[in-house]
Amino acid sequence: MLRFLLNNTLIQLSPKQADLTVLDYLREEQHLTGAKEGCASGDCGACTVVLAEPIQHADGEPTLRYRTINSCITFMPALQGKQLITVEHLPDNGVLHPVQQSLVEHHGSQCGFCTPGFIMSMFALYHQNEKANSPVDRNAVSHALSGNLCRCTGYRPIIDATLHACANKKADHFDASEAAVSRQLSDLRLSSAVDTTQQNLPISMPKSRIELAHSIARFPEAALFAGSTDLALQVTQQLKHFRHLIALSQVAELNQLEVRDKGLWIGAALPLSDIEATLLQHFPSLEELITRFASRPIRNQATLGGNVANASPIGDLPPVLLALNANIHLDNGQTRQALAAREFFIDYRKTQLQAGEWIEAIYLPFIDAPSQLRAYKISKRIEDDISAVCAVFNITVDNDTVVSALCGFGGVAATPVSVDLNSHLQGKRWSATSAFECGAKLIGEAFNPIDDVRASKAYRQQMLQNLWRRYWLETNRQQQQIATRLVQVNLHAKQVEL
Amino acid sequence: MRKLIDVQAHNTQTTGTIGQDFPHESAIRQVSGSAHYVDDMPEPANCHYAAVGLSQVTRGTITELDLSEVWASEGVVDVITIADVPGHRDIGPVFPGDPLLADGDIRFHAQPLFAVLATSTKLARQASLKAKTKIKQLEPYLSVSQAKTQQSFVRPPHFMQQSDMAKALAASERSAKGELFIGGQEHFYLEGHISLAVPQEEDRMLVYTSSQHPSEVQKLIAEVLNVKLHKVVVDMRRMGGGFGGKETQAAQWACLAALLAQRNRVAVKLRLPRMQDMQATGKRHPFENRFEVGFDHQGIIQATHIEINGNCGHSPDLSDAIVDRAMFHCDNTYYLADCYVEGHRCRTNQVSHTAYRGFGGPQGMIVAEAMMDAIARQLGEDPLTIRQRNLYGDKSRNITHYGMQVDHNISGDLIEKLASSADYWARRKALQAFNQQSPIIKKGLALCPVKFGISFTAKHLNQAGALLHVYTDGSMQINHGGTEMGQGLHTKIAQIVAHEFGIPLDWVDVTATRTDKVPNTSPTAASSGTDLNGKAAQNACLEIKQRLATFFAESVGGNANDVTFSEQTVHLAEHSLPFFELVEQAYFARISLSASGFYRTPKIHYDRSVGKGRPFFYFAYGASCAEVSVDTLTGEYQVDRVDILHDVGQSLNPAIDIGQIEGGFIQGMGWLTTEELLWDAKGKLISNNPATYKIPAIGDTPRVFNVALYPRANDEDSIYHSKAVGEPPFMLANSVWCALKDAISSLADYKFDPDLPVPATPEKVFWAVKNMQSREAQST
Repeated sequence: MLRFLLNNTLIQLSPKQADLTVLDYLREEQHLTGAKEGCASGDCGACTVVLAEPIQHADGEPTLRYRTINSCITFMPALQGKQLITVEHLPDNGVLHPVQQSLVEHHGSQCGFCTPGFIMSMFALYHQNEKANSPVDRNAVSHALSGNLCRCTGYRPIIDATLHACANKKADHFDASEAAVSRQLSDLRLSSAVDTTQQNLPISMPKSRIELAHSIARFPEAALFAGSTDLALQVTQQLKHFRHLIALSQVAELNQLEVRDKGLWIGAALPLSDIEATLLQHFPSLEELITRFASRPIRNQATLGGNVANASPIGDLPPVLLALNANIHLDNGQTRQALAAREFFIDYRKTQLQAGEWIEAIYLPFIDAPSQLRAYKISKRIEDDISAVCAVFNITVDNDTVVSALCGFGGVAATPVSVDLNSHLQGKRWSATSAFECGAKLIGEAFNPIDDVRASKAYRQQMLQNLWRRYWLETNRQQQQIATRLVQVNLHAKQVEL
Repeated sequence: MRKLIDVQAHNTQTTGTIGQDFPHESAIRQVSGSAHYVDDMPEPANCHYAAVGLSQVTRGTITELDLSEVWASEGVVDVITIADVPGHRDIGPVFPGDPLLADGDIRFHAQPLFAVLATSTKLARQASLKAKTKIKQLEPYLSVSQAKTQQSFVRPPHFMQQSDMAKALAASERSAKGELFIGGQEHFYLEGHISLAVPQEEDRMLVYTSSQHPSEVQKLIAEVLNVKLHKVVVDMRRMGGGFGGKETQAAQWACLAALLAQRNRVAVKLRLPRMQDMQATGKRHPFENRFEVGFDHQGIIQATHIEINGNCGHSPDLSDAIVDRAMFHCDNTYYLADCYVEGHRCRTNQVSHTAYRGFGGPQGMIVAEAMMDAIARQLGEDPLTIRQRNLYGDKSRNITHYGMQVDHNISGDLIEKLASSADYWARRKALQAFNQQSPIIKKGLALCPVKFGISFTAKHLNQAGALLHVYTDGSMQINHGGTEMGQGLHTKIAQIVAHEFGIPLDWVDVTATRTDKVPNTSPTAASSGTDLNGKAAQNACLEIKQRLATFFAESVGGNANDVTFSEQTVHLAEHSLPFFELVEQAYFARISLSASGFYRTPKIHYDRSVGKGRPFFYFAYGASCAEVSVDTLTGEYQVDRVDILHDVGQSLNPAIDIGQIEGGFIQGMGWLTTEELLWDAKGKLISNNPATYKIPAIGDTPRVFNVALYPRANDEDSIYHSKAVGEPPFMLANSVWCALKDAISSLADYKFDPDLPVPATPEKVFWAVKNMQSREAQST
């Protein structure tokens, strides 16, 4: 049984169909047509809605966290115990919400089809901001709205409208009802704490590893999913029908985030947004890669476990795991085991994962201070695009001597891959051109990438070499005066006042 | 000094709804999610849903089309092929060539073969995958060069010339040659194609559609259904974006929905899923163009030979006019001197390429910009200097290659003002200093003008109608032939009506475009929406104002010509009356309060047999200055700053006009940078979804983006002396392409002009960088 609030209305339902998307539910069953279908693949954001869920605030007050999702590729279990907020709910007694009013005043809608989606992303930022307690700047707007495409305006008025609304924030009807809604949702969660996996429902929502094992035993053919951002594409794009699905999002063991002595334990079913802050605290140089991982609404649903389990050669995070020597922790309800990331990926979309087994967590060992971790992604578009090439380097240099050299690559082979740099570079003088050349030769000869819609084989080959060059330039003290990144140029440009 | 026209003389009304920043008429409903698009409308009872089955082969002959499993699929109630069409089977908009469903020959990958009707969209789509086909495959033509070699054209070529190009070219001091590969562009309107057909009594049909051309949809549906036009009504309230993609290509889906609705006597909705929309509907034409230009030591053009080759896809659609417009715009703002311009319409086995904002203009204009860069690099001059030297003259050098005199040319002044406000020359110096100390990141700068001809080149389309109803409380409904796709047309029309009567804007509602209100309309295209429909609406207003003025003058005594309408009041000498009271009195006096208005554009003509005439009522101008940074290790780049000065004449609504300029610029930038259409070796589109086809996202908007309107009224008698704004700003993005080339050229101290295809993806930029580096290495 699913229990959630649809705007202000308590909904209890047993989905008759496993693969119903939230968007189809809203448009076809609830006749709420504010959210639109633009692509049905999570790429355009016209379907964006917000999920509010209760979290414990630092001062102990129950509070709500507002997050955007792409309703077109979200299955119904994502709503469990949450408030689903649609654009129709934003006005207060017929008075537009401040983000709506601001968009009108800034002329931020033209054809208007993308507009409700933008409004919801603006709304989430409007509320997220007060909790983060930091002023919303243009970067924050770009990140919050990175999953919304507009073909008409060129975005400038939307950016201005968002900045204006967030800079002039006043309490809205959501603030007024926050405590009550939090309590209501917390109660819903308690009342949902029943094992439903023994029932013959199209969707199982196990809450523990034991229940998960039971669900798999009962429906051995059922696909497992967490955020559904990838699995749902099989429904919306390939018209596949799933009779049974098993949702991982409620499994307690898969939702642990722990900072351990020597590394980070990341539950496989945690949305990337849940792990972002902790991950970046320990691995700050991953910031660009993380913020360029799809879009905000996707990261609010997608998980590290999913990114690993899919074993896509163009997933953004597997190369990081390779370069960090991460471990993948597997479970089948009885036995747990850990595999090194570099052993996990076998072939195109094939892994060591056995039938009845799932990924419980990913363990990222911390890197030593002298390590230089850099993650580079090349794509046609900066935001919300898939890598043509992804290269992650993690080389530890002590006193200009290479202590260890790890790396991971995406987009250049059938799986995420690594090269043994270590045995060739260890002990070498890092600032010597010979170290660069040695690595360039190894990386240049290691792979046989393909031509596809994202890049040619030749470009991919060349990028492997050139990203290695970029890394060498950036991590070499002698070379640090050279600007190698477009972002740095911006900072520099201000100083010389071009 | 040119004589400026007296704007005030044309603007005697003072109520001020013109020239103000009113929000889009639907803005509040759009932000509330209550603006209805076709898919949001409450569905009629017993609505059924259609899907189309597409060819998986690019070219061939169907030997067997087995639909038994489609019929047997869950929820299916009807399946149709071309054989089930009672009337016309060809829905080509201007020339034949577009069968409603495959007629035996497969002409492109993803060509619709059949349509299926089922009880839900999902069931219809699932059924559509179950056909079994046998197709005898033929070798497809996939490129312009292949089509030209095979002499495969959708229409005959067209030529424009002035004097003896060959002689002038031979006599020129210097010359440059170039070849440009220009990609097409997916419209990516956020709302895909959709139609809802609702059968009415007997053989009547009401169709809701997302189309820029309701009258054509009406005509084609009637022809397909084999009924006369008066049996079909098309209703179009708003589109979720059009950009040209819904000018001709909305008709197919509307016809299929109507045919299924007629056969089954149920309402039928047909909505294309995004991937099918991208595969089965036409795009901006890819072009392969060549130029050879002769010039003197100052870089001034003496002779030009330009060859324009449009990849039209499998059928003519609108390609004749599109290639013509590319030819009309290959001069941009520059005098081509003795010239020969040839335009070829190549037939390939791709979806039939169609209208897209600029309508061939961008693909022609970019040749002019490429020529300027090529001349500048050869002479070692700044490209801006070369651009300025080649501008059309005032008294001489002012006749285009198609014989039209360029009057009221503001490009020189506009460029100077922009160069000054954007600080072009100081930034040029600073940028060169930056590049000298930055080995990997290189900056580029470019300032490019735009001159775009306004009018349909098909003369008969330059007409419009409007229907105005005044109700007894003084409120009004205006209906006109234009369609609202986000561009703010309805807002401007409402402003015009409110302005004419001196009433508040919210007394005027613009109603859904319907073929039973204003008939025989032109598409909302060619940037002409406001020019044409605004004048027609104004004429309807003038008609009613005349009746009311006469009535008022008669009732108070005086001359009707002296009656004015302002501030909700009617004035005549010392007499005045609230507007609504006059309306009420007029009603009781049995004065008609409804009128139609009509407009046709004056002055235009073009003789295609000689390639000479005045195809355009006027030109819209603009210029933009872009600065970019390029990462020479990867080819990645970012647009750091853009300054735009654009000519919209006397702006009807500056906020809406600036919205068109900014949005057009970013869309143009997408075409020139990240939007890459790719077909595989068999002719299948592989960039067929938003995961593989990348339109600009929010982070692509330049951090510094200054847009200003050039403050000068249109010299021609357009609506309140405004200028059209839909398409011209698209081409302002040429400055981004030229700035990328400038950054690449810096690698060889600006000695060479880089070859940079469109779109200049990071990969393409990277290869151009490599090429420039090796040219530099060879030359030193």
